[in-house]
Amino acid sequence: MGKQGLFAFAVIFWAMQSSPALSEGDPMAGQAAFRLCAACHMIGDGAINRAGPHLDDLMGRPVGGLSDYRYSDTLTEAGNEGELWTEDRLNSFLEDPQGYYRGTRMVFRGISDPNTRADLVAYIVAEADNYDRAATATSTGDMPPEIAAILAIQGDYAYGEYLSSECTACHATQSGGDIPSIVGLAPSTFVHSLISYKIGQREHQVMTMIANRLGDEEIAALAAYFTTVE
Amino acid sequence: MPLDRRQFLGSTAAFSATLSTPMLARAQTAPNVVVIGGGAGGATAARYIANGSQGGINVTLVEPTRSYFTCFFSNLYLGGFREIDSLGHSYGTLAADYGINVVHDWAVDVDRQAKTITLAGGASLSYDRLVLSPGIDFIEDSVPGWSLATQNAMPHAYKAGSQTELLKAQLANMREGGVFAMVAPPNPYRCPPGPYERVSMVAHMLKETNPTAKILIVDPKESFSKQGLFEDGWERHYTGMIERIGPDFGATNVSVDPAAMTVSIDGNVEQVDVCNVIPAQRAGRIAHLAGVTDGNWAPVSAYNLASRIDENVHVLGDAAAQGDMPKSGFSANSQAKVCANSIVADLAGGRAFPARFANTCWSLIDTNDGIKVGATYEATDEKIAKIDGFVSQVDEDAATREATYRESLGWYDAITEDMFGTA
Ligand SMILES: Cc1cc2nc3c(=O)[nH]c(=O)nc-3n(C[C@H](O)[C@H](O)[C@H](O)COP(=O)(O)OP(=O)(O)OC[C@H]3O[C@@H](n4cnc5c(N)ncnc54)[C@H](O)[C@@H]3O)c2cc1C
Repeated sequence: MGKQGLFAFAVIFWAMQSSPALSEGDPMAGQAAFRLCAACHMIGDGAINRAGPHLDDLMGRPVGGLSDYRYSDTLTEAGNEGELWTEDRLNSFLEDPQGYYRGTRMVFRGISDPNTRADLVAYIVAEADNYDRAATATSTGDMPPEIAAILAIQGDYAYGEYLSSECTACHATQSGGDIPSIVGLAPSTFVHSLISYKIGQREHQVMTMIANRLGDEEIAALAAYFTTVE
Repeated sequence: MPLDRRQFLGSTAAFSATLSTPMLARAQTAPNVVVIGGGAGGATAARYIANGSQGGINVTLVEPTRSYFTCFFSNLYLGGFREIDSLGHSYGTLAADYGINVVHDWAVDVDRQAKTITLAGGASLSYDRLVLSPGIDFIEDSVPGWSLATQNAMPHAYKAGSQTELLKAQLANMREGGVFAMVAPPNPYRCPPGPYERVSMVAHMLKETNPTAKILIVDPKESFSKQGLFEDGWERHYTGMIERIGPDFGATNVSVDPAAMTVSIDGNVEQVDVCNVIPAQRAGRIAHLAGVTDGNWAPVSAYNLASRIDENVHVLGDAAAQGDMPKSGFSANSQAKVCANSIVADLAGGRAFPARFANTCWSLIDTNDGIKVGATYEATDEKIAKIDGFVSQVDEDAATREATYRESLGWYDAITEDMFGTA
């Protein structure tokens, strides 16, 4: 390869490494975009796992790396392979979550606009590092009362197993297409997910309809059942 | 997976009393459930009864075909979005992992007095409970000129498999600029959006291979499922290609001549190149032979899908007259779980839980342009009654339509796992 070729190669390589837009992300603008994420993810002071894992100290963390959160196999495997969260990886993941980590439980179609994505990544990077560590250690994440009430119920396992048959018409054991696997979820994750549809924090025609029909007893029963299934 | 037999055995004490009986002794004295039809309703019911009773009930599944081809997604095969092999499912896991006695034969008679069924091969099986999920058969002469004897000239492709492959081959070989005609069925029939998803998929295929071809729908119904959504999609993707003739223009008076390849609409004879006749439908023949039908369909209780004529016979899926649910694979699967819970409670002492039903039907209009309709249902004395529902909107953005399509792929994987178990 001649000098010129080498130079061209280096430029292309550099362009692939960090898209220029990424470094120009505006965290303030990213805060607005984070509202989409906030239905499932907490970040900053007092963040705990909800439907999705908390995002504090995300940068440099192994993918699928929180020991108290149950990830899809695909994220766990990526972490085992040594993949870490970097700005670039987060950027690529957020562009097309299912395309980047096929089988992820994150139901989010992605953000195609590179500028919005750059702003969001900048916000996450800034907030993930900027929180009160002492307070967060003992946080209960300001658990919404609807969720606390359900978690206080002793779920009826057999009833949960019966009810689960309504879920398994669409949720396969292994995630396929855009429908995530829901087996083995921690009860708090499971309950938070259903409640987020019931209160309109997340919207989905099927899930909103299904969640609206489930009372507290039903949700507690389902959570008790699904957490035991491998 | 949620209903893995081995794991269930290890993880719950609910059935410990039953489990303490030695397996062999139990198998001899255990009640017998025979399921006729290994489709969306029957395969699901067999699996849930076997799993829920953990060997406390002997389950026999009678199904003539060794490989079940799903009607769902068979239109996507016509459109080139699926391979035919991806629609075929075998019964091996139900036999091996769930202990179901899978018998590949036709049931040809039911003696409800003696509680026995006769198989085409001559054998007889006795039952304590019988579950019928035979799907549909066609009403003879509902489209004059068409019969099963001429189904190769004018395929129905409304039971999936060789008929679907035949229709696809005919479309692929159609002359340039030819006419594909569909004679659509009157209500009620299986999969209300099915004919219109098919038109979309055929249009997608022809647009690529034979763009001057035309599609003619001859439809005896005033309106059809997701009509606004389909017509909007046809306008956007297949402008000028599709024409629909409704009852106002004589579509209630249709006959065909398969030898001449003509369709007569209120006396006007149209020459066509490929013709898909979807006749009027009724419950699969075995339901009529069993004497549990009233008219074309088998009336059932909404609480457990028990026949209103014989409480020891349950009828699921397309064959049942149950109320508000559409005749879909999703509905049959949903009904099967309610039926299975009730049978396990009655025969093996499991807990009975209240009936609840749901349905969602996805359809594909063109690449990444998916739509859906769905509802929840409850049991009432009179029927399965709709509670709440939704349908896609005409003005949705492209990303929503793509997400809807991708969701349907996830659903297909899940429902086939729910029917046949994971291998
Ligand atoms: C083109 C098309 C597209 C569709 N798309 C969808 C969709 O997207 N989503 C959806 O939910 N539904 C869809 N459906 C509808 C769905 O296929 C049916 O509603 C569903 O299969 C009904 O289940 P079932 O158990 O009643 O009957 P089937 O699934 O038809 O099963 C009946 C079984 O019984 C067997 N059988 C019949 N008679 C006997 C006998 N005497 N002895 C032994 N066995 C017997 C048959 O061999 C068959 O395997 C579609 C249908 C069509 C035609």
